Amino acid sequence: MGIDFIYPEFEVKRDRERCIACRVCERQCANCVHSYDEESGLMLSDESQCVDCHRCVSLCPTRALKIVKSDCALRENANWTTDAINEIYKQASSGGVLLSSMGNPKPMPVYWDRILINASQVTNPSIDPLREPMETRVFLGKKPDRIKREGDELCCELTPQLELSMPVMFSAMSYGSISYNAHKSLAIAASKLGILYNTGEGGLHEDFYAYGANTIVQVASGRFGVHEKYLEAGAAVEIKMGQGAKPGIGGHLPGTKIGSDISRTRMIPEGSDAISPAPHHDIYSIEDLRQLVYSIKETTGYRKPVIVKVAAVHNIAAITSGIARSGADIIAIDGFRGGTGAAPTRIRDNVGIPIELALASVDTRLREEGIRNNVSLVVGGSIHSSADVIKAIALGADACYIATAALLALGCHLCRTCQTGNCNWGIATQRPELVKRLNPDIGSERLINLMTAWNHEIKELMGGMGINSIEALRGNRLMLRGVGLNGKELEILGISHAGE
Amino acid sequence: MKQYVIIGGGVAAVSCVDGIRSRDPEGKITMICGEGRTAYCRPLISYCLKGKSDFGKIDYRPESYYIQNRCKLVYQKAVKIDPIKQTVTLEDGEALPYDALCAATGSDPIVPPFEGIDTVSAKYGFLTEADARALDGAVKPDSRVLIIGAGLIGLKCAEGLCGRARSVTVCDLAPRVLSSILDDTCAGFMQKKLEEHGVTFLLSDTAVRFDSDNAIMQSGRTVSFDILVLAVGVRANVSLIKDIGGECGRGIIVDDGMRTSIENIYAAGDCTEGFDASLGERRVIAILPNANMQGRTAGVNMAGGSELLTNLMPMNAIGFFGLHALSAGSPSGQAHERKTDAGIKRLYIRDGYLSGFILIGDITGAGIYTAMIREKTPLSSVDNELLLTLPSLAAFSEQRRRKVLREVV
Amino acid sequence: MKRVFVDEQWCLGCHLCEYNCAYANSGADSMVKALKDRQIFPRVRVEDTGKITFALSCRHCSDPICVKGCISGALSKGTDGAVRIDRDKCVGCFTCILLCPYGAVMAGEGGAAIKCELCLENACGAPACVAGCPNRALVYEERG
Repeated sequence: MGIDFIYPEFEVKRDRERCIACRVCERQCANCVHSYDEESGLMLSDESQCVDCHRCVSLCPTRALKIVKSDCALRENANWTTDAINEIYKQASSGGVLLSSMGNPKPMPVYWDRILINASQVTNPSIDPLREPMETRVFLGKKPDRIKREGDELCCELTPQLELSMPVMFSAMSYGSISYNAHKSLAIAASKLGILYNTGEGGLHEDFYAYGANTIVQVASGRFGVHEKYLEAGAAVEIKMGQGAKPGIGGHLPGTKIGSDISRTRMIPEGSDAISPAPHHDIYSIEDLRQLVYSIKETTGYRKPVIVKVAAVHNIAAITSGIARSGADIIAIDGFRGGTGAAPTRIRDNVGIPIELALASVDTRLREEGIRNNVSLVVGGSIHSSADVIKAIALGADACYIATAALLALGCHLCRTCQTGNCNWGIATQRPELVKRLNPDIGSERLINLMTAWNHEIKELMGGMGINSIEALRGNRLMLRGVGLNGKELEILGISHAGE
Repeated sequence: MKQYVIIGGGVAAVSCVDGIRSRDPEGKITMICGEGRTAYCRPLISYCLKGKSDFGKIDYRPESYYIQNRCKLVYQKAVKIDPIKQTVTLEDGEALPYDALCAATGSDPIVPPFEGIDTVSAKYGFLTEADARALDGAVKPDSRVLIIGAGLIGLKCAEGLCGRARSVTVCDLAPRVLSSILDDTCAGFMQKKLEEHGVTFLLSDTAVRFDSDNAIMQSGRTVSFDILVLAVGVRANVSLIKDIGGECGRGIIVDDGMRTSIENIYAAGDCTEGFDASLGERRVIAILPNANMQGRTAGVNMAGGSELLTNLMPMNAIGFFGLHALSAGSPSGQAHERKTDAGIKRLYIRDGYLSGFILIGDITGAGIYTAMIREKTPLSSVDNELLLTLPSLAAFSEQRRRKVLREVV
Repeated sequence: MKRVFVDEQWCLGCHLCEYNCAYANSGADSMVKALKDRQIFPRVRVEDTGKITFALSCRHCSDPICVKGCISGALSKGTDGAVRIDRDKCVGCFTCILLCPYGAVMAGEGGAAIKCELCLENACGAPACVAGCPNRALVYEERG
C-alpha cells in the first residue's frame, strides 16, 4: 500500500437534494460502495469499489444517483492509452495474467454495421407481415442433396432435425459462470418460445431435466457433468471445441464459486478449481472428432443431432470443411467478440476473427465443395439485434446464437466484472443473496419479450425485401450491400458495395 | 318465534345481538338499556375529556343498526328476573317474557364509605358518559383536582385533565400506579410520564376523611381540592342473577358457552367471571375486546348454536402522552426481560408456553405475543432468541409464514 | 377481493416497499417532498433477520380481530372486504396493535394507528408497494 497507482475509474455522483437516505443503494451494492453515516444522516460513497453496474442507479427511487467516468485523467496519449497504462500497473503489482469478463470491448470493426439490407420497390413488391404468412421457423440438421423418389412416393426420411420457431437460440453459458436462476430463466423462455438454450460446459442441473426438449447439452473438454442421462436429457448434443472469447484455451471456474449444487452438477469436488483443458484430450485429429461424434450418436441412438462448436480463427473455412465431413449435423461458429465469464484479457482481445467474415468464408467454401447441405450453420459472437440476425442469415447462416443479448435482457449492465462473482444483478454469481435478485418469472418474461420483438422485426425486414421465409433468405447475399468496406472485405463477405 | 331479552345496553349487549342475528333473523330481541341510552364506547370518555374525541361521536353503533337488526330498545332498569316463569320485570312493573336471556349488566363503581364524603359538594365518578359530561362541565382552569385511585380509570382521567386544570393529584393505597396490571418497575415508567406532564402522585396513601374541600390522608397530610374524582374501582353487577340463586363469585360465573348456572340464562361482558386461559383459573376480565367476543358467543348459543369461547384472557392497552403500555395474559412463570431507558419488554414463560407479557415503549408487533398466548403456541416451535428481541413472523416456521403471507387468513 | 401476497423467496430486503408506501400515503406530489429529512410512516414493514426477509402488511383478514376490539369503531371491514381505519375516530389507544396476530398495525404520525389499506383511499389506487417492488416479491391478486 502507500501508493495508489490506479485512480478509481468511476465516480458516484449523488444529488443531495434528491437523496432521501432510504439506503437502497447501500443494501443492494454487493461491492459495499454506499454506506449510511448515522451521525450526519447522510449517505456516503466509496468510489474505489464501484464497477459501474448501475444496480444502485436503477433502484434509487428518486433517481439521485449517477455513475460517471472519472475525469481524473492521465495525460492524453493516443499511443499509450489509459487502459494500456493501467494494465501495466496491474501486472507490475500482481505478477499475474490479466483476467476479463464478457466480450472484447476494443474498437475493432463491427462488420454488421457496415452491411446494408435491401428492400423491395416497384418491380418486386414487398410483403406486409401483418397480412401475409411469414415463415420464421427453421430446421437445423443435415439436409438431403437431392430429391429422392421411390416410385411415385417422395422419400421424406431425414436425419434428426432441431425445430426452432425462429432462427435464434440462447448460446452456451455454464451453470457456475451464471446462476441457477439465470439458467431457469433461459430454460423457461426457450420452452415457451419454441427455441433452445445451451447448458454450457457446467452440466445440467437435475431441476432442469424437465426442460430437456428445449436444451442443448454441451460436452466440453473438461467433460463436466457428462454422463449417459445427461446426453439423453437434451434435444441435441454440442461438442465444444472452442469459443470465440478464448480460442485455443479451456475454461476456468474458481473453486470459490463451486458450492454443493455446482459440485454435484459438474461431478467435481467442492471448492476445487474447475479447469477445462485446452484440447479435448481424446481429440487430436479430425478423425478423432468423427469418432467422438459417432460415439455420442451411438449412445443416444442416432436420435439427436450433434453440434460441433468452434471459435472463428484463421483457416476457419478449412476447419469447418473437415467438420462437415465428420458426421456432425450442425456447426456452430463463435466470433472473436463472443462473451465469457472469465478469460485472459490478452487472448480475449487479440485472438480470433470477426464472425461476419468467418461466416461468409465458411458458407462460400462449403458451397464450393458441394457439402453445404451436410450441416446447418449457427453463428454467434455479438449478435446485437434482429438486423444482425437478418444479415447473418443472408450471409449464409441457418440460425444465430445469442448470449450477451440474453444476459442484457436479464438485467446485465455489461460492467464486465463477472470474474469477481459479485454480480449485483444475480446473473454471474453463486452467492445466494445475490442469486435471488434474479426472479425467473421476471427473467423469462423479459427474454420472451426480447425474442418476440426480434421475431416481429425479422418478419418486417423480410417482408420489406419481398421474402416470406428464412429459407429464401439464407445465403441470399444479393440482399446485402457493403458500405465503407474495402475491396478485400467485400470479396470475403461475397457482397457488392452499396451503389453497385 | 323465539323471544330474546338482553339486560344491558353496552358492548356485550350489542355483540349479543350480532350473535343472535347470525343464526336467527326472525326472533324478537329486546334490549334493556339501564343507562338511558344505547351502547357507547366507555373507554372513549377520557378521550372526550382530553378533547381528542367528542361526546357526540362515541356511539358504538349508529341508530340504523338497531332498526336494521329489529332490536327493540327499552330505556329502563330491570329489577327482577323470574327464572321459572322466564320473565324480566322492569321498573314500571312490566314483565318481559323470554326464551333466552342474557345478563350484560356490566359493572358499578365502588364507592367506599369515606367519613365525611357527604360534605364534599364537587364529587364525581368517572365511569359513565354522564360522569364524564358532568366533570367536563365542572372543571375550570383554576381547579385543583384530586383523584382517588391510580388504576386505569383514575390515570386516564388524570391524563384528560392535564393542562385543563391548575393541578391534578392522584392518590392510591397501593405503592405504585396501575397496581392490578403492572409491577413496580413497569409502573414506574407510566408514573414518570404522567409526572413529566404535571401530575402529582401520592402513593401508599389515601384519603380517610373528607371535610368539604379538604381530604385528610392516612399519612396525616391534608390535600385541598376544588374537584374530587372517585375512581377507586368497579365491581361486577351480579345482583339480578345472585338474587335468584345463580352461581356468582366476583362476577356471574359462566361456562365456555357463556351459560350461567340457571337454565336459559346467559351472561356476557364485564359482569361475568369466565375462565382465564392464560392463568388457568376463573377471573373477571373486564376489557372491551372480551366483552365483544363473549357477547357474540352468548348470542349465538342463545339462538341454538354451540359456540365455545375458550381463549379469553386479560388484555390492556393504555397510553399516556405517547408512552404506551400493552399487556396480555398473566405474569406467571419465569420472566424474561429487556429494559432500556425508553421502555421495557417482559415475557412470562410457563411450562413451555408464553403465559403473559408487558411491553412499554416500543409496542410494535405486540399482537404476535397475544396470539401466542391465546393459541397456546409451544415455544419449542419458534425461534426463542429472535422472539425475545423482536415479535415477528420471522421467528415462526416457514410453513406458518407461507400460510399468513401467501394465503387468505 | 384482491390482497397483497408476499413470496419471501424473492424479497431482497431493499425496503423500497416501505418508501413507496410512505410516499403514496403522504399526500405529497413528489417522493423527495414526502420523505426527505423526516421520519417516515410506512404501513408495510420489512422484517429482516439476515436469513429471512419479507414485507409484512395487513392481511385484511376474513374475520378481523382488530375490528372486534376497536374501542371507538374506527376500524371496520368494508363491503369490498378491505379493513380500514377512520382517522377521525381513532384515538390511538392501540388495542388493535395489541390484537393483530401478525403485527401489521403500526403507530402512525400523531399517535393514531395506521395499517395497509391497499392504497384504495389514496391517489395511487392500487398498492404502491407492489408497483415499487423490483423483484416481484409482492403481488396484488385474488387468491383462495
